[in-house]
Amino acid sequence: MFSRRTDLPLDQDPLSRFLPWLIAFMVYLAAMAQSGLIGLDELARRWDTGMAATLTVQIPADPDGGKAANDRRLQKTMNILAQTPGVLHTEVVSESKVLELLSPWLGVVQATDVPLPRLIDVETDPEIELDARVLQQKLASTIKGVQVDDHGIWLARLIQMVRTLEAFAAAVLGLILLAATGTVVFTTRTGLTVHAEAIEVLHLTGAQDSYIAKQFAGRAWGMGLKGGLIGLVLAVPTLVLLGYVADRLQAGMLPDMSMPLAGWLSLIALPLAVGLVAGLTARITVMRNLKRMI
Amino acid sequence: MDMDPSVPIARFENVGLRYGLGPEVLQDVSFELNPGSYHFLVGPSGAGKSSLLKLMYLAHRPSRGLVSLFGREIATASREELPALRRSIGVVFQEYRLLDHLSTFDNVALPLRVAGIRENDIKRHVEELLGWVGLKDHMSARPPTLSGGQKQRASIARAVIARPSLLMADEPTGNVDDRMGYRLMHLFEELNKLGTTIVVATHNEAMVRELGHPVMRLNRGALDITPGTKSTPSTVGGM
Repeated sequence: MFSRRTDLPLDQDPLSRFLPWLIAFMVYLAAMAQSGLIGLDELARRWDTGMAATLTVQIPADPDGGKAANDRRLQKTMNILAQTPGVLHTEVVSESKVLELLSPWLGVVQATDVPLPRLIDVETDPEIELDARVLQQKLASTIKGVQVDDHGIWLARLIQMVRTLEAFAAAVLGLILLAATGTVVFTTRTGLTVHAEAIEVLHLTGAQDSYIAKQFAGRAWGMGLKGGLIGLVLAVPTLVLLGYVADRLQAGMLPDMSMPLAGWLSLIALPLAVGLVAGLTARITVMRNLKRMI
Repeated sequence: MDMDPSVPIARFENVGLRYGLGPEVLQDVSFELNPGSYHFLVGPSGAGKSSLLKLMYLAHRPSRGLVSLFGREIATASREELPALRRSIGVVFQEYRLLDHLSTFDNVALPLRVAGIRENDIKRHVEELLGWVGLKDHMSARPPTLSGGQKQRASIARAVIARPSLLMADEPTGNVDDRMGYRLMHLFEELNKLGTTIVVATHNEAMVRELGHPVMRLNRGALDITPGTKSTPSTVGGM
């Protein structure tokens, strides 16, 4: 499909000199959009799988009951949970962890300063449907004030937001690809006009359209690959920096957002993909335009 | 391309050509060129010589009438068929039309490359021919550094390198000295003896008389054919 030797002076086109840099800029933006897409997808996937099979049971502290009464309420709840089909594992969240979770709102406090609720992390069997509302009714009939949170509502909203951002990133990626393709079409058409005389000589010596198209495609492939590599080289430090900032920012609030290996591989493949798209676009453009000639 | 000796190399029937909405530059041109013939195409400037050649080397389609090359009617030929027909045609353009960014070697090698010939064979053939036309020392030179005569010889070498069945030359001796002019005409004669059909457009009436081949005379777009004084393998078949 491509050719390294060229009978046409395509290297001398002024537009051709700028094309790798234009493509580099677009690949840089595409790498950002693609990384965003992969990162968001990974985030949504982890939230989905990590939290969909969990529940949190909250037992508010009984201010009149004292520690012993609250411990009994906790034990009763644990017993009911242990007998509930679909519950795989339960774990009481330690007081120190509860204090840590409340610290953004309450500041540094001691367990004796405030009546702390007791929290139980419940791991459920994904194969068995466990209705959080039914469980709550069952628990509340025995222990007053118990609440069951299956994270479903806010998780669904978060995932929906992430999916929207993903769609936006995909649209940006699509637009960049469209702009890159348009640039190659424009450059190729200009090349056809600039080299019309030489192309006619090639035709008159018996060259097939595909022979001429191969030369344009080879040139576009080379420029696409070169531009793609430049864009990637510029994008990688930016992504590493963003990853570092995200790591510092998440501080336990967000799941790990580091890019998976497949993400890095898809980024590395970006220059190759751009080169191929550029080559194919040039070839199709030349073949279509030459058909109008005798 | 395998040629049937009974099929004319070129056949024009009531051919007319106009550029855009302009007047007809060729009017009702009809003739046949038999395989192995040698013809001169003469006429005053603007008579339509170059236009007639353009129709024959498939740079244009006629506005009306029928053109057949190697027995294939051009009007019905698909675009994919044209390159094979063009590879059987060699053209020496009046303005050379060498590609300035390529070396003399690469310019001459062009018809062989587009035909997919192996590089080893290309090197051998091109070097041999460039030696014959006196350009062996200029193989790496770009056309802008060559003189008019050297460009002309490179153009002729490119036209004949692929051993075409039909060779057309538009003023091939216009920019070379007499000695080289006669040497080039001798090359055409030798190619003609090997079976190549030749059409040479020229203003050089002395050369036309001396060589004695049939003459196609164009005047204001109309063609008149005069048989040659020299016996040729075949003659122009006026219709």
